[in-house]
Amino acid sequence: MPTTSVPDPSEKHQRREHGLMLALVSPALLVILALIVLPVGWLAWQSVYHDGFTLENYRRIFTEDIYWRSFALTFEISLAVTVIALLLGYPVAYLANSVPKGWSILILSLVVLPFWTSVLVRAYAWLALLQRTGVINQFLRYLELISEPLALVHNTFGTVVATVHILLPFMVLPLYATMQKIPNDLMQAGASLGASPTLTFMRVFLPLSLPGVLAGCTMVFVLCLGFYITPELLGGGRTVMVSMLVSRNVELYNQFGAASAVAVVLLVSVLAIFFAVSRFISLDRVLGQK
Amino acid sequence: MTMTQKFGLGCALLGAIGYAAAADAAEQITFVSQGGAYQQAQTVAILDPSAKKLGITINQDSIPDAWPAIKTQVGSGKPIWDVVDTPTGNCLRGGEQGLIEKLDFSKIPNGAAMPEAYRSPYSVSYEFYSSVLSYSQKTFPKDAPNSWADFWDVKKFPGRRALRNHPFATLEAALMADGVAPDKLYPLDVDRAFKKLEEIKPHITVWWTSGAQSAQLLNDGEVDMEMAWNGRVTAVAKEGAKVAFTYNQGILQSTSLCILKGAPNLATAVKFLNEAVDPVHQANLPLHIDYGPGNPKAFETGVIKPERAAQLPSEPANAAKQALMSYAWWSSPAGEAAEKRWASFMQK
Repeated sequence: MPTTSVPDPSEKHQRREHGLMLALVSPALLVILALIVLPVGWLAWQSVYHDGFTLENYRRIFTEDIYWRSFALTFEISLAVTVIALLLGYPVAYLANSVPKGWSILILSLVVLPFWTSVLVRAYAWLALLQRTGVINQFLRYLELISEPLALVHNTFGTVVATVHILLPFMVLPLYATMQKIPNDLMQAGASLGASPTLTFMRVFLPLSLPGVLAGCTMVFVLCLGFYITPELLGGGRTVMVSMLVSRNVELYNQFGAASAVAVVLLVSVLAIFFAVSRFISLDRVLGQK
Repeated sequence: MTMTQKFGLGCALLGAIGYAAAADAAEQITFVSQGGAYQQAQTVAILDPSAKKLGITINQDSIPDAWPAIKTQVGSGKPIWDVVDTPTGNCLRGGEQGLIEKLDFSKIPNGAAMPEAYRSPYSVSYEFYSSVLSYSQKTFPKDAPNSWADFWDVKKFPGRRALRNHPFATLEAALMADGVAPDKLYPLDVDRAFKKLEEIKPHITVWWTSGAQSAQLLNDGEVDMEMAWNGRVTAVAKEGAKVAFTYNQGILQSTSLCILKGAPNLATAVKFLNEAVDPVHQANLPLHIDYGPGNPKAFETGVIKPERAAQLPSEPANAAKQALMSYAWWSSPAGEAAEKRWASFMQK
């Protein structure tokens, strides 16, 4: 290949642009470094270092039953929340996507509205609805559908209900963003070729919306893994999710290492999930709204 | 620390105090308690009068369990709280671990005048409360449960129950339900206590974590009987809920005031600590909430009428019916092991 000594002016230009980009991004990078990378690194360091190198904190996690139970319960709850949020969220996103602009704004604002209320307030609202003397039990008893109040809260059920409510927007928004990008012409093309609306939905729309499904599910699942307030308030003390173990370990072991180790194991699980998902779709394509 | 180092540190401290005083004319401290009706009562009885008398500003914060936060704040080297009102065990534990300032009682005359049993090198008693058996009078208009044995008797006293999601007082209650006398509890027979707790576990609807939650459970009729702190029950009753409690077999507990190691306003914090256990302020506390004064001299001020004293957990006749919690046992290795065991008990 013949080489030329004359520098390509476009290459030089590109290099300058890269340099400029880097300079512009660097404040944000520094913030991330200072507020995320360093603390998380420090956290990981504490989990293995306490008056010398130790794996004691990890040994405990992998040998004591309660950790295994908490992690299993946390993943079960997260899975249940994700599936329910998807079943509830998909129709909402679909509706918002198919109605005229004004209506879709209304639907989306209704979805986002709960964001403006504190998680704590929403958890207490669910308590008022679900408890023995709560609105739902009172109403069902008034209708004489039940003779004894149902145990709707202070258990895993109540935790799941409230968590779904809190995380639903994280499902609806990525779904809506993905659906917006599906060209309507494709549906018309399907119809013009004689496919029923159900068939076009199943064969065209649904597959094209899958990246949104995956992105929404990942968001909800991962956020749910770290939930604290809803299981603490609505779990009745028995629903011990991993985040609660973190706080309990600070209390019990009088040092952060024990709690950090739990956090590190959770963080590694989350990263593994993100990695697995990113093999199937490019997450930034969905989340970055390009 | 050598003399020179001490001198240097003293100068630095003086400088810092001088600087702080110049920057902000009014001295201030951050005081932390547990929130709810209890913190409101303190504000009226102790905090506001102390602030006025000392001419300082008291910033308030609240947290159900201060221990993790004490660890975090002191561990970070830059605590933001000064004085904490926390169960006495935390002050003892914190003192041993270097998280709590050792008190100079020559600067705390009110504390120095208190009996030895009411203070430690790191803390002074602030108030007494009791973990009592409370119940709904709607469910039990007469023949109410009156002992932990009754609480465990699900046949004779059917209904939904709640206990605290914590071994403190809960293990004591289990042992009393199993027949141990209130004054023969310590050292706790931990195995026996957990065995007894397994019995009642299927009948517990909620294991509550904060005092506010226990109050809400009673107030909303979510449970028919529960272990709760006496002041929370009275507060709920005052709001009109038909609930009551018994001091019989209650577990008498105390919180103490202690100062975080390296507190930002140490000198003011010490001044405040002395003022907060002043007998008159202390005597005012039970006029606003059903907790007993931490300073026994409060009963001699004449502020607490005899009929009022009779309602208080630390009043001698009431105290005689109860078990006095041993914070020394709970801070011992056996106590800490029992605390760790609680987590596996809950998740089984």
